[in-house]
Amino acid sequence: MAVMTYRDALNAALREEMARDPDVFLMGEEVAEYDGAYKVSKGLLAEFGDHRVVDSPISELGFGGLCVGAAMAGLRPVVEFMTFNFSFLALDQVINSAAKLLYMSNGQFPIPIVFRGPTGAALQLSAQHSQACETYYVHAPGVKVVTPATPADAKGLLKAAIRDNDPVAFMEGELLYNFKGDVPEDDDFVIPLGVADLKHEGDDVTIVTHGKMVHVALQAANKLSTEGIGADVVDLRSIRPLDVDAILRSVQKTNRAVYLEEGWAYVGVGAQIVATIQEGAFDYLDAPVLRVTQADVPMPYAKNLEMMAKPSADRVVEACNKVLYREAR
Amino acid sequence: MAGTKTRRAKAPKESPFDMHGIAPELALDLLREMLRYRRFEEKAEEAYAIGKIGGFCHLHIGQEGVAAGAIKALRESDYVITGYRDHTEAIAKGVAPTAVMAELFGRTGGTSGGKGGSMHMFARSVRFMGGHGIVSGQVPLATGIAFRIKYKSEDDIVVCFMGDAAVNQGGFHEALNMAAIWELPVIFVVENNHYGMGTAFRRVSLTDMVERSSPYAIPASKVNGQDVLATYAHLRDLAAEVRNGGGPRFVDVETYRFRGHSMSDPVSGTYRPKEEVEQHTHFDDPIAILRDHLFEAGILDQDGLEAMDAEAREEAQEAFEFADASPVPGPEALYEHVWADVDGDGRLRFDGREEAPWR
Repeated sequence: MAVMTYRDALNAALREEMARDPDVFLMGEEVAEYDGAYKVSKGLLAEFGDHRVVDSPISELGFGGLCVGAAMAGLRPVVEFMTFNFSFLALDQVINSAAKLLYMSNGQFPIPIVFRGPTGAALQLSAQHSQACETYYVHAPGVKVVTPATPADAKGLLKAAIRDNDPVAFMEGELLYNFKGDVPEDDDFVIPLGVADLKHEGDDVTIVTHGKMVHVALQAANKLSTEGIGADVVDLRSIRPLDVDAILRSVQKTNRAVYLEEGWAYVGVGAQIVATIQEGAFDYLDAPVLRVTQADVPMPYAKNLEMMAKPSADRVVEACNKVLYREAR
Repeated sequence: MAGTKTRRAKAPKESPFDMHGIAPELALDLLREMLRYRRFEEKAEEAYAIGKIGGFCHLHIGQEGVAAGAIKALRESDYVITGYRDHTEAIAKGVAPTAVMAELFGRTGGTSGGKGGSMHMFARSVRFMGGHGIVSGQVPLATGIAFRIKYKSEDDIVVCFMGDAAVNQGGFHEALNMAAIWELPVIFVVENNHYGMGTAFRRVSLTDMVERSSPYAIPASKVNGQDVLATYAHLRDLAAEVRNGGGPRFVDVETYRFRGHSMSDPVSGTYRPKEEVEQHTHFDDPIAILRDHLFEAGILDQDGLEAMDAEAREEAQEAFEFADASPVPGPEALYEHVWADVDGDGRLRFDGREEAPWR
């Protein structure tokens, strides 16, 4: 085990996978000479050369599509989007090419590609730079969506994503890059996609979440525990494939659930999770499943408004109290 | 439509026969190829009319010179990628007409087991990289295939076909720019039939087609796609330049669509005058032009042409019969190939790369 930041864990995963497989290359804006907009690719240019660490023009559709083509022809590209906000320009190639080529070609063209970068809000970056993009990607069959919350998950899941033969949208958190944690140093430390992780255990209520919101959920769980309420925090880690069993197992134990996500509620990831719970554990539920999400508005700039728009530990506690039919203290 | 009768398609201006250095046997092969494509598409048209084919169906009739001229100038290991008017380009690259027709019919014998349809022919084994349905979607993909070639220091090239409308898409410009800065081995071939669906190119562009690659410093050229020998010779030369490390090329291949945009569009439609279509079908038929050249040069006679045409018709008929007899996909096919890595229970698996079919 080594203590490292989320950023360095991602960097280690990239370095190890590039060393392991010469077909893996990294392309994106500022990934090479600038060492990465968020320094995730620091040192990779020096180690692997401009042949494999490639600065692209600001052309998301173009380099997104180029990398899908390279994957069609057998390479294993890692595409860095400076943030997933910018990836909307490339969505045609993600949804219409990467997600569908295997199916349309009846299995002839697997697309082993990773699209990675930060999703969600940071601080006061306002509407166009502060949105959770999971829903756009997770909607289409053919794309996996992975959202690591800790340095260890970041490393193990990125390695898994790079070795995977399907397109993977790997969504990081800008505010997590400096977050430190224990990370196994083993070169073959990989975490299978589709396996949720119980980040906190309790018997009274289930908080299901993913990505950066895991930390908000943990704050809420700690707060609840001081009041004698035990919460399970189920970190999905990947939204597709979805670990349905882990969600249902917890709900069957606690009989109450809250979904927490950074994105908008309307047709968001939470809508899917709530449907999954009511389909699979209806008879176990003692209360309606509630969602804590971003307010249904574009992200405002003003600090006070931004705080109001974002999900918070207090709102999670409030939702947990509601499903427990419990007066807040 | 090219008949097998000796009707002379008189060009408006007689020009001396130019074989472009192409041997008579090759010229005959190119005629044979174009006849195969023509008879195939006519058979598809017939099958569509009787409900054997559904959905969108874009025929290549009139544009056969582009497929034959460009693709036959390549090596087998070169890659071809195209848009949705893809039937004959798949055949030109070596896909069996039976498989193309069965795909049109939505049958298991099709190139994609019936799951792609008219716009999505694929054949990895002959490096036919598809049939793509979003205008210009194939242009960044082609550039990525060329990136792979350079990454692996190979000497294959990519030919990327697109219609004239594709050059107004952002992906076209982004891809050409990257192909240029990284000197990638790709030839961008515009099959310029002058209409993006029903919109004339002159209505949506103030610049000539051949100028469209100039912002990226990609050398551009123009060739008459109805003259298959000229097209072949030109693409052969471009392929050599690109293969030798010359970087990408852009070529405006002038052609004309003898049918509607798709099967739901009448031959002339509301957007192009009937006389224009008649003029082109009468004077600009790539099959008739080469046929007349070969007659004049004494390389082919009427009997030879009829024999060649009979073979093409027979092949199209066989394709029809094969497709009609091919089973429809079973229900198990519905969920197949959504994901590359699944376990026996159909769940997604973590790492099955060793089992990928092509590694």
